[in-house]
Amino acid sequence: MKTIVVISGKGGTGKTVICASFAVLAQNKVLVDCDVDAADLHLLLHPEIQQRHVFQKGQTARINPKQCTRCGQCREHCRFQAISPDFHVDKLACEGCGLCARVCPAGAVSMEENTCGEWFLSGTAYGPLVHADLYPGEENSGKLVAQVREAAQQEAERFNLDYVIVDGSPGIGCPVIASLSGADLALIVTEPTLSGIHDLERVLAVTRHFGIPTRVIINKYDLNEVNTLKIEADQRSQGVDVLGRIPFSTLVPESIVRGVPLVEHSQNEAAQAIRDIWRAVEACLGQSSPV
Amino acid sequence: MIISVASGKGGTGKTTVATGLTLALEHNIQFIDCDVEEPNAHIFLKPTITMSEKISLPVPQADPSRCVLCGTCQEVCAYNAIAVTSQEVLIFPELCHSCGACGLLCPHQAIDEVPHEIGTLELGNLRGASGREISFVHGRLNPREIATPYLIRQVKGKYDTDRLVIVDAPPGTTCPVVQAIKDSQFCLLVTEPTPFGLHDLRLMVALLQKIRIPHGVVINRCDIGDQQVESFCSENKIPVLMRIPFSLGIARMYSRGIPLIEIDRGYIQRFQDVFKQIEQMVLKQDFFTRM
Repeated sequence: MKTIVVISGKGGTGKTVICASFAVLAQNKVLVDCDVDAADLHLLLHPEIQQRHVFQKGQTARINPKQCTRCGQCREHCRFQAISPDFHVDKLACEGCGLCARVCPAGAVSMEENTCGEWFLSGTAYGPLVHADLYPGEENSGKLVAQVREAAQQEAERFNLDYVIVDGSPGIGCPVIASLSGADLALIVTEPTLSGIHDLERVLAVTRHFGIPTRVIINKYDLNEVNTLKIEADQRSQGVDVLGRIPFSTLVPESIVRGVPLVEHSQNEAAQAIRDIWRAVEACLGQSSPV
Repeated sequence: MIISVASGKGGTGKTTVATGLTLALEHNIQFIDCDVEEPNAHIFLKPTITMSEKISLPVPQADPSRCVLCGTCQEVCAYNAIAVTSQEVLIFPELCHSCGACGLLCPHQAIDEVPHEIGTLELGNLRGASGREISFVHGRLNPREIATPYLIRQVKGKYDTDRLVIVDAPPGTTCPVVQAIKDSQFCLLVTEPTPFGLHDLRLMVALLQKIRIPHGVVINRCDIGDQQVESFCSENKIPVLMRIPFSLGIARMYSRGIPLIEIDRGYIQRFQDVFKQIEQMVLKQDFFTRM
């Protein structure tokens, strides 16, 4: 079983469109949407939810006004500025360390479990999908990603699947690192813009740090062919393979509007490029398939 | 006044809008890039950096001469960042939230705090379209660090509220975004008219309603996709303040780091009009909260 994680650094470079197409092209796989902040893969794969789980993680402080003597110990020690001058807890600022509860001489602070979201095991026309919704404004996205990854891993082991295909989140922080754990291959989707190049370098530093084999895909490569050549040259000099280039295509937003993976929506050049990239991914992982 | 520019989905054009607004207005502006995982605004604004400061998180370190391995620090740590063995105290700085509980509650005062570098804060300045000086702040998280919200708090510590503050927020809908936008008087949401854009816009609107921040929408690439974002906005009485049509020319210039107002000077007036509408909405809101 091989785990492929699709990430990008910069948002909106095409991770989800590529993952949905991989869902069509790969045999014997489970799909995972690790962009728990703003999960979109379900909009192309149309899952039917089979299992629904509540995700509880972390705690939030609550001050009982009847017991509170307004001594100020909690405010003095809270490093998250989560306690207001009138001794209310700002739930968005509280990081659940519990220090206030421990220092309160009146026992007025209790720590309550947070329900931060839900995760689902679903069926789709292309195979199982594990996905999640983190409630807006919540913390612990990294932990929810770890939970979703774990569930997908179990699913893959139970049914002896060949691939776990992970749609990652943008950025380089907590959820991205959590989505990379145990990855056999990281695919970084970039675009030939200065922002794309800048963010590619930063996310590459992360995959390099964790020692994860990494390949690059250049989406909308024809928006700036000079930058595309620059990315290819830079990557070559760093020993990172560019697996393919995908041309800009207005059929991409059209396929999203229709709610269909691009390779099912069209046979155009962009779709063909994704097919070629999938074959290259399989070759990388030593699992070639008859095409 | 603080105006934040956000979007659930990445790559919708937050930075294009935030930098466009910043360059177009004739106010005394401070621009803050809170997307510390992937800061890109500097590519378009090209500020002269005048000060650079390393940002560290204070993390615990046990002093073996005082530590009796009692295990209190491990017990009070809500983040599993401390493990006490029979030989020593192991600290995992990348898991630490720097709440200070272990140090404060250690019965033998055996814990000191040492700085753990997580990123850099940079200050600078540039000139807007009218020649006025604009002050610039951004943070850059070191790859493999996860303390995104902490670094955002440090960046926000540089707020200059004598100026009009424009904040470029990170993508997503969870804790880093909340940190970035929670003290704004107005949040401008940038989206695209596709099911992805709509789905993530809904999440952001739910978040902004919960934390009661007035908001309006910019629809980028407004002519590629469908009408559902427009319908959603009109049904929910969310003003659409600007529509930016798709243009291959803009996309190509963007790829070279050229700001929207330099590609098409007509956008200077359009951004000024957006700001007038925001100002009116904020004044109205202010009036109602005073009543």
